[in-house]
Parts: sequence; structure tokens; C-alpha cells
Amino acid sequence: MSAILKAPLTVEFPFTRSVGPVQSAFLTGLRERVVLGVRTVDGKVLVPPVEYDPVTAEEIRDLVEVAPTGTVTTWAWNHDPRRGQPLDTPFAWVLVKLDGADTALLHALDAPGPDTVRTGMRVRVRWAEERSGAITDIACFEPYDGESVEPAGHSGEFEEAITGIVAAARLDYTYSPGRAQTGYIEALGDRRIVGERCPTCRKVYVPPRGACPTCGVATRERVEVGPGGTVTTFCIVNIKAKNLDIEVPYVYAHIALDGAGLALHGRIAGIPYDQVRMGLRVEPVWTQGARYPDHYRPTGEPDADYDMYKELL
Amino acid sequence: MTREEAPGARDIAVVAFAQTDHRRTTDEVSEVEMLMPVLHQVLERTGLKAADIGFTCSGSSDYLAGRAFSFTLALDGVGAWPPISESHVEMDGAWALYEAWVKLRTGDADTALVYSYGKSSPGSVRDVLTRQLDPYYLAPLWPDPVALAALQAQALIDAGATDEPALAAVGARSRADATANSHAQLRGSVSQGDYLVRPLRTGDCPPIGDGAAAVVLAVGERARELCERPAWIRGIDHRIEAHGLGVRDLTDSPSARLAAERAGAYERPVDTAELHAPFSSQEVVLRRALGLDETVRVNPSGGALAANPIMAAGLIRIGEAAARIHRGESDRALAHATSGPCLQQNLVAVLEGDPR
Ligand SMILES: [Zn+2]
Repeated sequence: MSAILKAPLTVEFPFTRSVGPVQSAFLTGLRERVVLGVRTVDGKVLVPPVEYDPVTAEEIRDLVEVAPTGTVTTWAWNHDPRRGQPLDTPFAWVLVKLDGADTALLHALDAPGPDTVRTGMRVRVRWAEERSGAITDIACFEPYDGESVEPAGHSGEFEEAITGIVAAARLDYTYSPGRAQTGYIEALGDRRIVGERCPTCRKVYVPPRGACPTCGVATRERVEVGPGGTVTTFCIVNIKAKNLDIEVPYVYAHIALDGAGLALHGRIAGIPYDQVRMGLRVEPVWTQGARYPDHYRPTGEPDADYDMYKELL
Repeated sequence: MTREEAPGARDIAVVAFAQTDHRRTTDEVSEVEMLMPVLHQVLERTGLKAADIGFTCSGSSDYLAGRAFSFTLALDGVGAWPPISESHVEMDGAWALYEAWVKLRTGDADTALVYSYGKSSPGSVRDVLTRQLDPYYLAPLWPDPVALAALQAQALIDAGATDEPALAAVGARSRADATANSHAQLRGSVSQGDYLVRPLRTGDCPPIGDGAAAVVLAVGERARELCERPAWIRGIDHRIEAHGLGVRDLTDSPSARLAAERAGAYERPVDTAELHAPFSSQEVVLRRALGLDETVRVNPSGGALAANPIMAAGLIRIGEAAARIHRGESDRALAHATSGPCLQQNLVAVLEGDPR
């Protein structure tokens, strides 16, 4: 058996999220170089702020400005920054209790080395040059020896307050389909379609996934199926998908390839859409360079008898 | 909730446990191919067939696989036809076990199959786990789990609760104990290595790997039929604390302590504790929070520092504790599972064997 296939797989998503009034005030404040916390019923100031009291679960809306200066409550030296982190040079992760706050905010501290960082050290916010209403509007913290800065007592009301954020994410994987699907994909390269037979119930699964879902046992015996097959059921698609170069209406069908124990999906072409029917005999059409059948077309054989495929519906 | 609080409730036991050999990569198998041998082993140990199982529950994460609804493919390994009663949690399998335990308590089933699996090898697990953080204040900064654990470790050092040599000793003891565990990924003498994020060195951090585990639960007399010495779940509970790291005292774990109390852990001493502490510093937090002294055997399996298949490592703690009771090596054990950054969520189960 040849080597297991592998391919890069990137998952990227611009996760759009709305924010509530408290998060909106905090994030808009960062855009305007103002740090806001929220005061709980028992008088504690939480920064970053939350909308519900962590102890009583009561809704809280009492915004309070805190200072852009504060004290490190704990830290960790990150000598090898990773993609997306606030600084691309070595930095300290820090939890900072800003002056006027009772809880700490997580961020990065730009410092020359681990020997210059300690719990209890004084720091201040370094603002990002371009700010949009996001936690990254704080570029990082930096060491600070000066006086603590008195906050101006901002009300938390802003013009053009932000209402949402885009939490962009990107994760990179090396996808490997495992033994059974590797066999299936390699066979497609030779324009063959293979399945695997369950040793217990003898059903042939295509595409094979390495297990019989009925018996819960591994499938190993590889079986070539098709190329001919039977339409077991179908639908007519009237909506044109984005980036899809197929004219509507077209027919999408379940096709039971000869020898297969279940039907797979495919598009039917080479016949007017309103003449496609259950029992229609079809065969795959491979286009130049394609990795899988482009579509299935009628073979011209007589239709299959319903009893021949009713178990595969 | 403990048995004492609910008279007449059904006794539920772990009657079988199986796990894969945990390895850095398992490219040659898909998730279902990795999982299936474990499902077969655990059923074989009880003599049950898939069709005999009353309820099935699993734990896994799409973010490890990088694909949506990845757990549905793993179901092929269970034998889900004719239709079975099944559920899934996007959590460690320990929480799937909790759901199964609730199902058995209701009387809806007498046996349950619980499994979980995770392949960390396809992605970068340090990046993947940043996506479980709050999306407004934390995730945009991409703080990885090692960084967050390092903040917790420094807080412990500042509090005088530990120091770097003591942390190294936790890792060394774990890997030494793992020499007796053929499934473990890191065994024997392992270099403490360089800092990953200071103060944590590679030796303080879990190996990254792929693996799966499965457990069978059974009720009352059914458990006695299926297992010579069932590991009775005397109590199980899980708790969570504030997601804001700066709101918490990172040197303590009140959620673990409360879960242990509600599970009845403090009613009588335990002889064994399987703690899900992926970082050496987290074992320090848990020992302090749970009041475990030197008389308790902690992580004889090697724990998560020897093998940490994400989504299965917590279920494995319950399985390892139960297996020790099955073998007569423990009479009363505490099993703990965690999820989230810096021990944010904690589950505790107390397991007992019949008196000998
Ligand atoms: Zn079968």
C-alpha cells in the first residue's frame, strides 16, 4: 500500500460578533484612548468589564474610567512570539491591574528581557497608532516609572460607538484522510471508484471510511464498483450557487454504482432535466485533469427495475 | 451530588476501560480508524455488543480536526444502525461520562458506552486552543495555553507555593511513573529542556499527541455481572469559574475544590488521585486546592505530563482510577478532569471498590 495522503488545510474565518453596551463602551473607549471598567454592586471595578456581575449575575452598567497606568500581578516571558500575538519581538505576557481597577487585564509587555520584569512592576498602556475599537488598540504595555495618571472621569458615552468586532482567525492543518480514504482517492486518480466490503454484513461502502457503521467493525477488503450505476433518487436544483459554473436547472442525484452497498451523490447531465427518473442507468464522465467524475450521463440501457435498487434508497 | 444525598438512587460503576497507545502522530489512520480498536476492546472486556449498550456518549473537538461535525464520522465505529441512543459533547470525554451518568441515574438505560478522542497532530495545538478563549478581550491576542499556564506558574512561584526545581520534580515523577504505563507517550527520564514560556520548560508541559479512550458504565447488579470488582461512582460533580483570568486567583482552584466536595471526596480519605494537570504547575494548584497530602498516590499512570490526547486525557483519568480499583490496587480514588485555560473548568469523580 502506498503512503498515506496528506495535504495542507487552512481554516480561516472572519468571525463577526456584536457587542453589548458595556463591551461597546470599553472597546470604543480604547479607540479614544480611554480605559473603562464597570463597577459591580459591591463596589469592585472590573477591567476588562463584563455585563453581568460574576458573583450575583446582576446586570451591571455603571461605567468608570480607570488609569492607563497599573501594576503587573503576574507575568511570563515569551521569547518566541507566535503568529498573531501583540509583538513580534520577545515580550512578557502580563496580567495588569490598572490604577482604579480591582481585576487584571491580560496583555503583552514590551521589555528588554526577563530580568527587567517582575510582579509588582509599574507599567502603562502604549496605544496603537491606528485604533478601531478592539483589544489590540492597546499595542502593549511598557515599563513606567512616573506618577500614576489620574483618569478624567469619562462618562462612557461616545459618538459613533462601535457595535461589533471581527474576530479574525486562521488555523493551519496538515490533513490526512487515513488509510481507507487514501485508497479511495488514489483509485480516483486512475479513474476507478473503489469501496470497502464489511467482513460481517458484506455491504460495500463507497466512499469507504474504514468502518461499517452498521456493524461497527473495520472494513479492509477493497472492491471496485461501477462504472455503471442507477439513479435511486434525485432533485432539480434551481438556485445558482456562487462561483459555480453550471447552468440551472440541473439535476443532483443519488447514484448506486453497480456493486456498491449505498448510493453516492452526483450531477446528472446529457439528458434534459425533466427527463431524469428513478431507475435511470448512468455512467461517470471524467473531464481532462479532473480528480473525480464531473457528472454522470445516461448509458442508454433500459431502466433498472425498482426491486433492484429499493434497498439503496 | 453524592449517593448519600439521594437515597434510593441507582449505583453506577465503571466496569471497563481501554485506551490507545498515545503517539505524536497517527497519519496512517483516520479518527474512526484510531478509535475503533479501543471501542472493540472495551466491549470485549464486558462481553457486550454494540446493540446491548443503552446509551452512547462521546467527546471530541472540531477545532482539532479542522472540520465541522467531525464526530459524526467517528460514529461509524460504534455501529449506529439499527438506531442507537447517542449524544456528543464538544468537551473532554469526562463530561460525556457525566452526561452518561445522568442518563443512567434517570433509569433510561442500564449500560453506557463513553468514548473520546483527539488528534492534535494535524494542527498546531497551541494555536488551536487559543480559539476557546473569549473572542473580545483574549482571542485577538492569541495567548496560547503554555503562555497562560506560565502566568499561573509565576503566580504560584510569587506566592511561595512552588519553585522551578519543584516543578521539574513533578514532571520527572510523572514520567518515571509512566514507565509502568505502556500507553504513555513520554516515559522514563525526559530532559527538562529550555523555557517554552518562562517559567515553564518543555519538561513542565504535556506532550502533544493523538489518542482515544473508552469506558463502559453499568448500573447495580448489571455492573457486578460485567466486572469482577466494579469501580462504583460514589459522587461526580463539575464546576466552572469566571472566564476572565484577571478576575481569578490563579494560585487556587475553588471550582475543583467545590466539585470535590459535592462529589463527596472529603467524606473519607482517598488512596489514589488521578489529576488532569497538563502542566506541572497545575498539579501544584490541584494538590493545594484539594488538600491532597503525601499519603495519596497521585497520577500513578504518569498523568497528562506523560500523555495528553486532548479531549481524551480527562476521561483517561477516570479510566485509570477505575482500572486501579478493578485490579485491587485502590479502594477509593479521586479522578479529576479539566478544560479551558488555567484549570477554568473542573470535574471530580470519587470511585470505590467493594470492601475486601
Ligand atoms: Zn457491516
